[in-house]
Amino acid sequence: MSAPLLSIQDLSVHIRGDAGLARILDGITLSVPAGVTMGVVGESGCGKSTLLRAVLGILPNNASIPNGRLEFKGRDLVADHWASARGRIGFVPQDPYLSLNPVFRAGDQLLEIMRKHAPGSRKDHTEKLIELFRAVQLPDPEGALGKYPHQFSGGQRQRLLIAAALACEPDLLVADEPTTALDVTTQREILGLLRNLVASKGLSLLFVTHDFGVLAALCDRVTVLYAGRVVESGLTAEVLRNPKHPYTRMLLACHPDRAINLIGIPGTVPAATQQPEGCRFHPRCPIARPECARKIPLLVQLPDAHSVACPWYSDTLPEQAIA
Amino acid sequence: MARYVIRRLLMALPALFGLIILTFVLSRVIPGDPAATLAGDAATPAMIAEIRAQYGLDRPIIEQAFIHVRQVLTGDFGKSIFSGRPVAEEVIQRLPATLELTFAALFIAVLLGVPLGLLAAINHNGPIDHLVRLLSVGGLALASFWLAIMLQLLFAMELDLLPLRGRVDVALGLPPRVTGFVLLDSLIAGRMDLFVNGIQHLILPAITLSLPGLATIARFTRSGVLEVLQKDFVLYAKAVGYGRFRLATIYVLRNAVTLVVTQIGLLFGALISGAVAVEAIFDWPGLGTYSVQAIISADYKALLAVTLVVGFVYAAVNVLVDVAQAVIDPRVAEDVA
Amino acid sequence: MTALRVLLRDPVAALGLLIVLFAIFVAIFANWLAPYPNDAFESHLLRRLRPPSVEFPFGTDNLGRDIFSRVILGTRNALLVAVAVIAAAMLIGVPIGLFAGWREGWLSEFLMRTTDVFLAVPQLILALALGQLLAPGIGAAMVALALTYWPFFARTVFAETRRLRGSLFVDALAGLGASPLRILFLHILPNAAPAVLVRATIGMGFTILTAAILGFLGVGATPPSPDWGLAVSEARQHLPEAWWFPTFPGLAILVLVLGFNLLGDGLRDAADPKIRRSKR
Repeated sequence: MSAPLLSIQDLSVHIRGDAGLARILDGITLSVPAGVTMGVVGESGCGKSTLLRAVLGILPNNASIPNGRLEFKGRDLVADHWASARGRIGFVPQDPYLSLNPVFRAGDQLLEIMRKHAPGSRKDHTEKLIELFRAVQLPDPEGALGKYPHQFSGGQRQRLLIAAALACEPDLLVADEPTTALDVTTQREILGLLRNLVASKGLSLLFVTHDFGVLAALCDRVTVLYAGRVVESGLTAEVLRNPKHPYTRMLLACHPDRAINLIGIPGTVPAATQQPEGCRFHPRCPIARPECARKIPLLVQLPDAHSVACPWYSDTLPEQAIA
Repeated sequence: MARYVIRRLLMALPALFGLIILTFVLSRVIPGDPAATLAGDAATPAMIAEIRAQYGLDRPIIEQAFIHVRQVLTGDFGKSIFSGRPVAEEVIQRLPATLELTFAALFIAVLLGVPLGLLAAINHNGPIDHLVRLLSVGGLALASFWLAIMLQLLFAMELDLLPLRGRVDVALGLPPRVTGFVLLDSLIAGRMDLFVNGIQHLILPAITLSLPGLATIARFTRSGVLEVLQKDFVLYAKAVGYGRFRLATIYVLRNAVTLVVTQIGLLFGALISGAVAVEAIFDWPGLGTYSVQAIISADYKALLAVTLVVGFVYAAVNVLVDVAQAVIDPRVAEDVA
Repeated sequence: MTALRVLLRDPVAALGLLIVLFAIFVAIFANWLAPYPNDAFESHLLRRLRPPSVEFPFGTDNLGRDIFSRVILGTRNALLVAVAVIAAAMLIGVPIGLFAGWREGWLSEFLMRTTDVFLAVPQLILALALGQLLAPGIGAAMVALALTYWPFFARTVFAETRRLRGSLFVDALAGLGASPLRILFLHILPNAAPAVLVRATIGMGFTILTAAILGFLGVGATPPSPDWGLAVSEARQHLPEAWWFPTFPGLAILVLVLGFNLLGDGLRDAADPKIRRSKR
C-alpha cells in the first residue's frame, strides 16, 4: 500500500487567547488514502474546524503547532507553508453566503483562483468553469460568470463553491459542513451532488460534520473527535453498527441517525482552556474508573481497521446511560 | 443604476429646500431692521422705506419667503453691499478656485491616506500601526490656520522654497478663463510655465487643507481593512490560495473603500470649512476669502449666498459619493431600489 | 467603573484623559499658575516681541505681554467656551432626539428633517453666517456654535431612542403603567448616555478648534482677550521675525484638542464592546 494522500500524525494545535492557552487539538492521527472518503464527526468545540483549518493552512495568527506532522502527497505542509496544497486541495466552505466577496463578480473570483493554480489561458479557464457549472447543475451556466454573489440563492452559491473547489482539478476535497446554512431540501440535493461528483471523479474527501446521518450517506470511513482527541475511528458501517467508545455508543444510542446532540449525555464539553487530565471524557463517562483521570488512553487496534481510545471498550454501559 | 441615481437625487431635494428656507430665516433673525442695515448709517426714514419696498420687506412674511425661494431657484441672490455686483456672479467666479484647492487637498488625502491605512492594518498593532493611529488623531487636532502659518513660516519665509501666497505669480498673470481652474486653464492655453507656477502655489495650501482629510481617510481605511480581514470570504480566499498581494490590496481594499468613500462625502464639508481659513492665509481668491471679506464688510447677502452654494455643492458631492459606492458595491443600489 | 478601567488600560486614551485633566487644572488655577496674570489685558510696549527666555518662556507678543501667561489664561477661555457650547447644544439636541425618537408623526418628521438641513451645511460656514448675523463677538460665536452642533446630539439620541423604543424592557415598563416621561428620562436616556458622552467629548475638541478658527477670522473673541486663535491671527503681522508668537498658542490648541480627541476615541472603544474585542 502506497503512502496515503493526506496523513496527519500526532498533530497538536494550540491557540493563545485571553483566557490562556487552549489545547484545541491534542495528538490527532488520521490519514486519508487516495480515493477514500473520510468523515470527521464531533460536536461543536471538539476541534474539527481547527483540524480542517490546519489542513488548509488558515489557522488564526495566535495559533501554533507545537508538535505533529501534516503531510500531503508526501510533502510536509507546515515546512512548505502549504504551497503544495494550493490548488491541489479543493475547499467547500460551510457558509455559502459569507464565503464569496460581495463586491466582485463570482466568475472573476473563481477565475482568480484558476489563474494562480491551474494551467491554461483565461479562455480555457472560462470554458472549464462553464463546464463545471453544468456539472454542478447551476442554472444558466454562461450567465452565472457575470453575476455578483448576492444574485444567487444559497443553494446555487454552494453549487458555485463546489465548482470552485473542483476548478483546479484537486486530488483532495475538503468540506466543512457544507449544508448547515441551507434548508433541508437543498441540503439533500447538495449532498447528492457531492456524492456523485466524488464518486465519478474518484476524489478523496475529508468531510467535517456533526451529523451522523450525513456522514453515513457520504463517507467510507469515520473519525470521531472528542475535546481535541480522536476517540474512535474505523469503517463507517462498522463504527455505526458496532461502536466501541462509550462516547460514540452513547451518541448513537441516543440519536442513531440524527445530528449530535448531547441531551442524552450528562455534563458539557470542557472548555478548551480547562481540559481534564487523563481521558478527556472521563468526567461524563458512565464507566469511568479512577485511573481514567490520570492516564491518557491509547488507541486500541481492533480488527477491520477499527480503533478506539478506551481500554474498557468491552464493558457494558449502564442502562440509564443509553436510555 | 440609472433609477438609483434619480432616486438619490430626489432624496437630496428636501434638505436643499430646507436649506433655502433656513437661509431665509437666518436673514430675518438679524437683530435690527434689515432695511436700515441695507440703507446704511446716514439713511433717512424715506430711504429706508424705499429700500423696504425695493426688497419686498414690506410684504407679509410668507410672501417674502416665497419670493426668497423663487429668487434662489432662479439664481438671484441679490447684490453685494460691498461691491454692488450681483452676489451670484461673484460666487460663481470664485467657486472654481475653492474647488481646485479642495480637490487638490482631497487628492493628497486619498493618495497618502489609503496606503497609510492599509499599511497600518496589515501591520496591526505593530509600530507602523501605532504611528498611523497617532498621526490620524493628531491630524484632526491641528488647527488648519495655525498649520498654514507654520508652513508659510518654514517653507516660504525661512527656506524660500515655495511662494508665500496667491494662485500664480502676479508677474505671470492668470491664464485666459475657460474652466476657472488655473491648472486646467493653463494647460488649455498651453502655458507650461503657468501650470508649474500654479502647482507651486497650490502645494502649501493643499497640504495644509489635506491633513485632517488624510487623517480621516487613513483611519477609516485602517479600520475598514481590519474589519474586512475578519470576514469569512477572506478566510475562504486564503484557503483556496488567492495571491497574497492581490488579497491584501485589491480583494480586501475594494470592500474597505466603500467605508472610506462615505467618509470622503462627509470630509468635503470639513475641507470647505478648512478652506475658509486656509484661503484667507494664502490669499487664495476663492469663496473662503470672499466670506472673510463679507464678514468684515457685514455683507450678509454674500454670506448667505456662500452658505447656500456650499450647501448645494456639499449635497452634490454626497450624491456623487453614494453613486460611486453603488458602483463599487452593487448591493447598495439594489438595497435601496 | 468597568468602562473607566477599560479606558485606563488603553495608553492612548489614558494620555487623552491626562491632558484633559491637566487642562482643567490649569484653567482653574490659571491666576496662580501664570507668572504675569495681569497680562490678560495690560500691555508693556517697552518689552514687545522678545524671544523666549527664562523670564518669558514663550516670549512676548506685540504688546509686550507674556505669551506663556496668556496661553495659561487662554486655557480657561477655551474650556469655558467649549463647555458652554456643548452644554447648550445638548440642551437643544437631546430633548429633540428623545421626542422625535419616541413619537412618530409629522412633528418628529419635521424635527429630524430640520437636523438634516443643519447637517447639510458645513458647520463652520453656518457658524460664520450665524455669528456674523448676530453681531461679532465671543457670545455670538458661542450661540452660533451651539446652534450648529445640536443636530449631532439630536441624531445620536434619536437613533438610540428608536432602537430602544421597540425593546422588551420598554414594553414591560409601559405595561406596568410607567409614564412616557419616566421611561424616557429614567430608562432610555441612561442607555443613550455613553453615545452622548462620546459625542460630547469629540464635540469639545471640535468646538475648541472651530472657536479658534472663528477667533482667528475675527468672528469670535475680541482683543484683549487671551484667546489662542486671536493670538495666532495677531501674530501674522510679525512674521517671520517673531516665530514664537503664533507657535505657542497654536501648540496649546493642538495639545488640548488632541487630548479631547484621544479621550473621545478611547471612550468610544470602551463603550462599544464589539470594538473592544477586536482591538485585542
